[in-house]
Amino acid sequence: MKILSLVTAALLAATVIPASAAEISDGKVKIGILNDQSGVYADFGGKWSFEAAKMAVEDFGGTVQGAPIEVITADHQNKADIASNIARQWYDTEQVDSIMELTTSSVALAVQGISAEKKKIDLITGAASSDLTGKACSPYGFHWAYDTHALAVGTGGALVKQGGDTWFFLTADYAFGYSLEEQTSNFVKSQGGQVLGAVRHPLGTTDYSSFLLQAQSSGAKVVGLANAGLDTANAIKQAAEFGIVAGGQRMAALLFTLAEVHGLGLEAAQGLTLTESFYWDRDDESRKFAQRFFEKTGRMPNMIQAGTYSGVLQYLKAIDKAGTDETEAVAKLMHEMPVEDVFARGGKVAANGRLISDLYLLEVKKPSESTKDWDYFKVLATVPGDEAYIKPAESGCPLVK
Amino acid sequence: MTMIFGIPVQAFLGQLLVGLINGSFYAMLSLGLAIIFGLLRVINFAHGAQYMLGAFVGYLLLVHLGIGYWPALIIAPIIVGIFGIVIERLALSKLYDIDPLYGLLFTFGLALVIEGVFRYYYGVSGNPYSVPALLAGGTNLGFMFLPNYRGWVVVASLAVCLGTWFAIEKTRLGAYLRAATENPRLVQAFGVNVPLLLTLTYGLGSALAGLAGILAAPVYQVSPLMGSNLIIVVFAVVVVGGMGSIMGAIVTGYMLGLAEGLTKVFYPEASSIVIFVIMAIVLLVRPAGLFGKDA
Repeated sequence: MKILSLVTAALLAATVIPASAAEISDGKVKIGILNDQSGVYADFGGKWSFEAAKMAVEDFGGTVQGAPIEVITADHQNKADIASNIARQWYDTEQVDSIMELTTSSVALAVQGISAEKKKIDLITGAASSDLTGKACSPYGFHWAYDTHALAVGTGGALVKQGGDTWFFLTADYAFGYSLEEQTSNFVKSQGGQVLGAVRHPLGTTDYSSFLLQAQSSGAKVVGLANAGLDTANAIKQAAEFGIVAGGQRMAALLFTLAEVHGLGLEAAQGLTLTESFYWDRDDESRKFAQRFFEKTGRMPNMIQAGTYSGVLQYLKAIDKAGTDETEAVAKLMHEMPVEDVFARGGKVAANGRLISDLYLLEVKKPSESTKDWDYFKVLATVPGDEAYIKPAESGCPLVK
Repeated sequence: MTMIFGIPVQAFLGQLLVGLINGSFYAMLSLGLAIIFGLLRVINFAHGAQYMLGAFVGYLLLVHLGIGYWPALIIAPIIVGIFGIVIERLALSKLYDIDPLYGLLFTFGLALVIEGVFRYYYGVSGNPYSVPALLAGGTNLGFMFLPNYRGWVVVASLAVCLGTWFAIEKTRLGAYLRAATENPRLVQAFGVNVPLLLTLTYGLGSALAGLAGILAAPVYQVSPLMGSNLIIVVFAVVVVGGMGSIMGAIVTGYMLGLAEGLTKVFYPEASSIVIFVIMAIVLLVRPAGLFGKDA
């Protein structure tokens, strides 16, 4: 009898172990990196985010719970309809378990909706709109790296503190631009400042001179650029040309990263204040990571790319801990587990899916201050995540009670 | 303060000037397109890529050989022109006798390839190219602060446009060219080397695009996408002006630049489509374009 029970126990144990590998759907974990790889945001995230995701898989060991991990990628061309088609195809016929990166807010909002409907996890690093963890939040949706509210508090707050109390906005004409403009306006007003006007330009505008003249004649102390990528770079370059900065107005690039500073050059970008949640030259750990990234890509990572690395890693850790890639179980663990990696230190995920981690207020160095390649930023301050992000209870997300 | 349509007259003048500057680029690019279409009957979709090449040649000359803006202003168009000649000899010349659609498809594909290669090597964020020291800074015109470089762009483009128009409409070589498009066989019978003329024409059109590119380099980021952002607008300019009409392309280029500039003041959201709205209206009312001959 005793022997029999031992044998059954052993048999049970033996069946339990392979069973856990069977808990991985289709025998593998497949992650899709969906972003802009050919348009104005192709350096902001682009194929470099794909590289970062592959690095995370490599660092995790290439398998989870005995199942191989695969990363695939596609270019959504900043179009929500194209992105939606790809997302449906990935989920329905290609066994993709999770879609990540999702640069461009209009795309992220669309894909997060599809993911929620299909009960799949999506993790956003490239899009900014705080609605993603606000009224459009999903129980399976996560937002890493940054959002419009954090940028408003970081860059907006710093400039108001330095006396920039009147603002004029140049805003990209879609969800992200509106969200960034609105939140920065609210923040500026809450600090006693004033918004004198705003002008909305189409995504991918090449000539900003007309808008800049309007900003110039408004007399605002700060010209807030509620756009991103190549749009911001062009606006800054042309602002210098039209004597905006020389005339005493300040340019505030609300969303600007290492990648755009690199494209613009220090000569044109010097003195800009910006906010990022990652800087490669932060400490030894980040430098080591960045060096490895550089060897693969020839460039240093910005917060989108480092954030994608962190997001993929965290997703794999959660699968490993859950012993399954079943969405409910993994999402539950991702909400509970602390985020501790080269990107986020002491990070935690709120009930609305928002990763709360520190951001850095940075200033672009003068060419004379830069001592090595990619040595672009001075760290002015650390903005604690709890101050930068909307409190989950106030985010408007129905999931937060 | 005097107001025009609710905005101060000074701001209004500023916007007109800005429109004129953008119009300069439209005019120069559509001029090249119009020449190529008028004489070769090729719809040159690679024009945007050739414009981008002009900017990149300038950038690469500076970075690798230390050659500055002024020499590049001569060298870049020559290099792009030679590139155009090679393309014409190797491929385009073989397509003249078949449906013009093939020329369009070929140049369109070529543009995608060129842009793809540059995007692969240089990313899309673009590379900085500084304004030459001589033209740095700006002049306060009273109603606006005009960057000197942009002033130069207007002057240079006007000179180039008028010079090209003069060369084609008023000189003997231009007369050969025009005759060769009307009746190539007859002109050849008079001992004029028609294939050579066509090759040179394509080279000239390409060189014009390259020149616009190097002129644009200090204004915009030198980016692989700079051409594709512009080319569609430029095609609209050519259509509005009348396919193949050289003066039409020049005048329409400046006009549409102004129209776009004004839209940016009154309703910025529409600024990227206003040119196409105008194109649609012109096509409805005057299908051959404003300056087209066979209406």
